[in-house]
Parts: sequence; structure tokens; C-alpha cells
Amino acid sequence: MTAVTRRIEAVNDFVIKFANVNGSGSASANELFSKSFLRMGVPVSPRNIFPSNIQGLPTWYEVRVTEKGYLGRRGGVDLLVAMNPQTWDKDVAEIEPGGYLFYDNTKPLPGSRFRPDIHVVGVPLTQMCNEAYSDPRERQLLKNIMYAGALAALLDIDHDVIPKLLVEQYKGKDKLIKPNQDAYQKGYDYAKANLPDAIGLRARRADNVGNRIFMEGNAAAALGAVYGGATVCAWYPITPSSSVAEAFQSYCSKLRVDKETGKNNFAIVQSEDELASIGMVVGAGWNGARAFTTTSGPGVSLMTEFIGLAYFAEIPVTIINVQRGGPSTGMPTRTQQADLVACAYASHGDTKHVLLLPEDPHECFQFSAQAFDLADRLQTPVFVMTDLDIGMNQRLTAPLTWDDSKAYDRGKVMSAEELESGRDFGRYLDVDGDGIAYRTLPGTHPTKGAYFTRGTTKDRYARYSEAGPDYIENVQRLLRKFETARTLVPQPVVRQASQKTRFGAIYFGSTSPAMAEASDVFEADGVMVDTMRVRAFPFPESVERFIAEHDIVFVVEQNRDAQMRSMLVNELEIDPARLVPILHYDGTPITARFIVRTIGERIKGSNVEPLKRDKVA
Amino acid sequence: MTYLAKPRLHHPTLPENRLGYTRRDYEGKISTLCAGCGHDSISAAIIQACWELAIEPHRVAKLSGIGCSSKTPDYFLGNSHGFNSVHGRMPSVLTGANLANRDLIYLGVSGDGDSASIGIGQFAHVMRRGVNMTYIVENNGVYGLTKGQFSATADQGSKSKKGVVNSDSPIDMVPLALQLGATFVARGFSGDKQQLVPLIKAALAHPGAAFIDVISPCVAFNNHAGSTKSYDYVREHNDAVNRIDFMPKRSEITADYAPGSVIDVEQHDGTTLRLRKLADDFDPRDRIGAMNHIMAHQAKGEIVTGLLYIDNDAGDLHEHLNTVATPLNRLDNKTLCPGAGALERINASLR
Repeated sequence: MTAVTRRIEAVNDFVIKFANVNGSGSASANELFSKSFLRMGVPVSPRNIFPSNIQGLPTWYEVRVTEKGYLGRRGGVDLLVAMNPQTWDKDVAEIEPGGYLFYDNTKPLPGSRFRPDIHVVGVPLTQMCNEAYSDPRERQLLKNIMYAGALAALLDIDHDVIPKLLVEQYKGKDKLIKPNQDAYQKGYDYAKANLPDAIGLRARRADNVGNRIFMEGNAAAALGAVYGGATVCAWYPITPSSSVAEAFQSYCSKLRVDKETGKNNFAIVQSEDELASIGMVVGAGWNGARAFTTTSGPGVSLMTEFIGLAYFAEIPVTIINVQRGGPSTGMPTRTQQADLVACAYASHGDTKHVLLLPEDPHECFQFSAQAFDLADRLQTPVFVMTDLDIGMNQRLTAPLTWDDSKAYDRGKVMSAEELESGRDFGRYLDVDGDGIAYRTLPGTHPTKGAYFTRGTTKDRYARYSEAGPDYIENVQRLLRKFETARTLVPQPVVRQASQKTRFGAIYFGSTSPAMAEASDVFEADGVMVDTMRVRAFPFPESVERFIAEHDIVFVVEQNRDAQMRSMLVNELEIDPARLVPILHYDGTPITARFIVRTIGERIKGSNVEPLKRDKVA
Repeated sequence: MTYLAKPRLHHPTLPENRLGYTRRDYEGKISTLCAGCGHDSISAAIIQACWELAIEPHRVAKLSGIGCSSKTPDYFLGNSHGFNSVHGRMPSVLTGANLANRDLIYLGVSGDGDSASIGIGQFAHVMRRGVNMTYIVENNGVYGLTKGQFSATADQGSKSKKGVVNSDSPIDMVPLALQLGATFVARGFSGDKQQLVPLIKAALAHPGAAFIDVISPCVAFNNHAGSTKSYDYVREHNDAVNRIDFMPKRSEITADYAPGSVIDVEQHDGTTLRLRKLADDFDPRDRIGAMNHIMAHQAKGEIVTGLLYIDNDAGDLHEHLNTVATPLNRLDNKTLCPGAGALERINASLR
């Protein structure tokens, strides 16, 4: 081996990646390790990179330690914890020059399996476990917490942080605390005694976590549904959205059981397929309950006929779509933002749907709750478009908030009293001019307000009609309703560069932390780019203005076909030449490095001469 | 006929039910189906059943899929909300509606194409779940609206109007329903209203998943010689196992029957079904016996009709899900929203 030239030295700013075998019990040790930084006041951003498998295949857990609070994926690995021989070569190749490789050196490996430009740290984990434990499962599980102990020592994580977390984690299963703490101690002691200053990465107490919480987007979306008043959930298992329904079940069993009777103020059905899920949601919405389903791309494909019905028959429906890599089965355990067009225009015929685009668990909670108000108000399907990156990773996020003074907006529902008083009821009659008609719920009045709901064309009084004028009046009203939606959906968030600039960037959803970091880099480098985070479709007017105020607008998204850009061009009639696609779609979360590099190149390339704009009125 | 408005004035001496409604109050729009269609007889039977039971029309929600049969909910119970949903998917929509408001009576109307072909999956699962509903399949063995293609219930060897012989095995939804866990299973014939009306009444009163397969000849495309779903064929091969008298709560049973010739089945809600036996060896409380009987008679080319199975201890999906007695669509803000205080505690647990 040639001499090592460099050693990465960093405090509170590095990336550690754990290479594990699925089903080996590593997940809880890795999560504990992440949390130990939070307890040190240092933000972390962990990501699961996992296969579509239960046991045996490789799985990774990547932790970005970031005192500055950059929660996007950074890219690159400073310390690799190599616990999976299957992926050794590929894992070792990923380490940054001058970085570190931590491995189980019970069996020595030939020099050819290492790299000359990295530093190797070995701990005989298997040997230590075999000496300490006789039960094979214990040997396996405690090895994980043992490496966490060694890493705590190597990285200077305060000694008592992980033991305290173990007490919290195993509350109620107290007999597990001691063996885990012992294993932690063994790893810790070994590293302290044998590996002084082996690694140039350091944790140091800081105060940058604040009151933020550490939560997965799927759990937050589920809790949002509880707070939003959902009573009916129908779903079909699909990665990466299943944990939304499971979390809804779990929160409901704590928060929605009638104390006196022990009866449930909710109903959850695991249906036979996605068609049935959405069918049940449509039926419940028609009958006045707040109902939702949770799914991912393939499920949306199956649901599209019903989504068209809900659009045309005007039934409130909430769909949480935790996006994964498509098309077809695609990349079930990887992230993308590739269902935008499929959801925005789901169904045959002319349809448009409301999309909400949360950036993190905090907004998953907020938008999921808000979706029920919007669906009831607009009597139409509303999608909450999250993705695997937000949904299935624990994220440091602002605490969830709720305003108790706000009542649910149940929309325009005509009561028995109103019908009795002789108010004219036309199910598709636009009395207020906002495109939204009144509806009645089944069972409201013995002789007034009943109507027949159908997916066929009808007149204002819900009577079957295939007459052209009736059809046109109806679909034009639906367009008016979509205009109303524009004013009700969440407004975009703008960040202005420190100087006026002709460059803008539009982004949305899980791109948010990477974009925020990229903006800091641009600002530090004197590259001026204003950014706008779009939070919903239909696009509010401010999106049009933002584009108009810039010569070039980069549209940053995580799909191949620049779907958001297409929608901007299509809906706002923007000259496509002014919208430059910045696309990241390999299934890994987008990084600030990628954004800085790609936008940076484009800006350099276009700096020679300003683009001419047509100023003629 | 669709351009004709249905007259609103009715004969002054029409009999009224307990609620003061006449049969006209249970009617809907004028049917757009072909004259003589079996489906119209079923609509008439539904109207008669609801009138006799004195159900408030608006307390019924009527749902359907797509097809001739699925159009019929527009032709009865005009004061009920109706939902003509997606082809083959009425069961899921009805399930959702039922979850939202357990207080209404749910009537699902479907056809053999809608339920045995495209919708067999949803049919199976709604029966499995025990959704409290009456599921009527208006079974004519063909697709009427698309002009006479075979459906999945067409018998093997039966001949289409164009002379094509069906080579696929038929699906009989009655044994399927029995196997899937329906707690009320019956078969009727649109040409036998006397048998059908009490079956519908009993199904509407049943507190679980009730299924009625009604053979309903298609006069336009499947009523010819060589069809096994024609009026003539069904009349010749109809093998009724019993006749029901539906006894409302606390009604006095006055008629005399020979010993052993009746079976009384008391339901949860206090109503009684009195079954006059036509087949000595048949007991509709015996699910496996019913399946055997149906299969044995079917092998002889007979169509077994009547109340074929009833579980008088049936439960429903709400019972399985342990939902509150109040309809979910009536729960208020306070009941549904755990509030800011609870959220603060959740926040604290996530730090």
C-alpha cells in the first residue's frame, strides 16, 4: 500500500453510511446512532436505502451529520461502516479520498480489498460477540449495538447519550436494556483502548436542533388525516405508502376510540385492490364522511377510472400518493417525483385535479389535514403528493401545529331545513358563481333533495342528458371550479437572492432541503438565483408572476420528462425556451451538489449575452 | 318513451301503507329499458317490497354499476339518493357509503356482466366482508346495452341470438355467495313476483350481506329457443324449494300449516321469516346442505329458486370493525379532532 496522503477532518459535518444485510436487526441500532447526534444538539438527516426484500439482500443507512442543518442528501461518504461482505467492493469504492472504512476485522482481509487513499479502522466485532454471547440471534443483534458503541467512541459522541436512548427505546421491555447497554459498552471500550484518534470526524455539542421533531413523512401524513377528520380509510398495501395506513390505524387506536363505549370513531378497510380502495373512498365521500386512500404510482394507475368519476360526479376524495420510481413496478424502494402528470390529469376525458406538494413531514401533516377541507369545499379529488424520500425517512422537522379555534370546512351541503324552506336544489347548479354547486347527503329529507349520481353527462338538476349545451355548461363550470381552487390551495414560498437577478428556479416537494442548501452555496459564490417552491396545483397567480419576472427559470424536479415544466408550459402558456429543466431521476434523492453543478453550468453557459426578451406590449 | 314525463297525479283510492305512502311514492322515472324486460319486473318487485315494509324512501341508498340492470335504480325509489357508479365496482362504492352512514338501508343493483364478469372480484369481497346490504343481480346471461354478447353466467352450450354457442363454463353466483360468506342467499325469477317480493323484503331486513340472484330474461337478446335464460326455459326448469312469508315484528301468525311443512326463522330485528317448504329435504339454515342441494339439482338442469340460505345470527362489517353507533358522517369536530394539546404531547414524544 502506498502512503495515505490526506485525512478528512471535520466537526459536525460529514456523511456516514452503514452497509448492512436486510433483516439483521441493524435498523434500530442505526436509528439510535442518528438520534445520538440530535441529543448532542446536532442536526442529522438519515436515509434508508433499502431493497424490495424482507431478509438477506443488501440495505444501507446513510446519515448526514450537519451542524448547519442541511437535511438534503449530500452525496459522497466520509465514513463507511461495512457490515455486508456482499457489497464490500462497491461500498469501499464510494468512500471519499481521505475517508474512513470501519469494518469487522475478525477475519483479516487481503490488502487488495482496500484502497490506498482511505483509512481503515478494524474492530473484531464477531470475535467479541462470540466470546460474550452464546445465543446465535443475540450474537447477531448485539453486534449492531456494539459497532454503535465503537463509533460513539471514535466520533466523540458523549458516552452517556446512547445508553439513555436505549432506556427510552426499550421502555416496557426493560430486560433488553442491560444487554444492549453492555454491548454498547464493549464496543465503546474497545475503540477507546485500541483506536485512539483513528478517525478525523468529530461530534461536538451544539444547539441547532431546537424544538424540532424527528418523524417520518408517512406518520405525519397519517396524523394529518386524523386531525383533518378522516373517518374512513380504505387502502391496499404498496411500498412506500403502506406505513401511512398503518400509522393511521395506530394513531386512531390512541386518539379516536370512544372512551365510554370503547367503539371506534373511524373505519379502516384493507381492501382487495386499489380499485376497491378508491371505490370505498368515493362511496364514503358521496355519503358525507371524510375518506382517504393511500397509495403509490401503480395504485394511482389502477384508480384512474374512479378518479375520473369523482371529478365528473363531484365527490370529495383525498388520495395520499407516496411516489416511488416508475413506470410500471419501476423502482419500488427508490424515490421520484414522477407521478405529477399522471395525477394532475388522471382519467380519460378532460380532467384536472388538485395536487398538494409537501416538502417535509411538517407539511405532510398540514397538507394531509387541509386536503379534507379542500376536497369537501371543492367536491373533487385532492392528491397529497409526497414521496419515498419524505415518507419513509425520519426527518428533522418543525413541530406539528394545530389551531383549535378552526372548524372543518365541510363545503356546500344543503340541510333538511334549507330544503324544507324551499331553497332551489340543483345538484349541478352554480348558484354562487364559483363553479361549486350544493350537494345533499343521502337520507337528508323525505321528499326533497334526492338526486341520482352518475358518471354520465347530466343537466344542472342531475338529470341524464347527452345534449351538447348541457355538457358544455357542465364542463365549463368544472373549469370555473378549478379557477376557484387556484385561490384556495397553499401559496408558493419565495426566496430572493441578495441582488436582483434574471435567473429563477422553481422546485417542489422533497427537493426542498437540497435546494435550500444549493441557494446558500450560490449566495456564497455570488451566483444570484431567486427560488420559488411551488406547493400546489393548480398554480396560483404568483407562479405566473415569478416566471414573468425572470428571463430564465430552472425547473428542478426528480423525474425524466420534466413533468412540472410541462404542466407550467401547458397551464400558464409559458414559452418553453424560458423554462430550463434540471432533472435528477436515478432513484436517489436529489443533492445540493447536483443542483449547484447543473444550474451553475447553465448559468456560466448563458452568461455571455443576456437573452433578449420581447418587451413590446 | 323517455321523452314522456311521468304523470304525478294518481288514483285517489290507491292503498296507503303504515306511513301513509302509496306505491306511487316508491316509484322512479319511466324506465328506458325494452318493453317486457325482466329488469322492470324486478324494479316493480322492489317498489312493492319497500311499500309493504313501509320503509321511508329517503332512508334507502340505491347503488349500481354499469349496464341495463344498473340503470334501473333511476326507475324506482325516486326519493332515494342513487349512485350509478363504475362498471363492476358498485360493491366498493356501496361499502364506503355504508361505512359513512350505517343508518341507511343499502340496496345494490347489478347485472351478470357487472357482477360475474368485470366485477366478480368486488362481488366476492363485499360478500366476504359482510357489508349490510341487499345485493340483487339481475341475471340474463348477456350484455344488453352492447347488443347481446355472452356474459360469464351464460350456460355452456347455450346459444346466442346470432347462433353462436357459448363454450365457456358458467359462473353461478349463488354457490359462490354461499362459499364466500354471504349470510342470506336466494334465487328468484323476474317472472314470479309472488316469490320475489317476499325474498326482497326478507333481504332488506337482513342485518348482513344478503344476495339475491334474479333470473331476468333479456327480451331483446336472450329470449329465444336455445337460451337457458329465456322466460320459457326458466319457467320449465324452475325448481322452487320454498315460499317465504315475511312476518314483521310482533305480527300474529294466524295461518295453519301442516306439521313439518314450515320453518320459522327469527331475525335479529324481531322479524320472522316463515318458509313454506316445497322440497321436503331442504333446510335453508344448513349452508353445506344448501350447496349440495343446489349442485345436485343443477346437474339435472333445474334452476333452484327460493330462500337458499339464511344465517339468523349474522353480523356485519360495522360489527367487525367495532365502529360507533353514530354514523361516521355525523361525528362532529370535537369528536374527530384530538386538538392542539394532544399534538403537543405527540411532538414531545418525537424529540
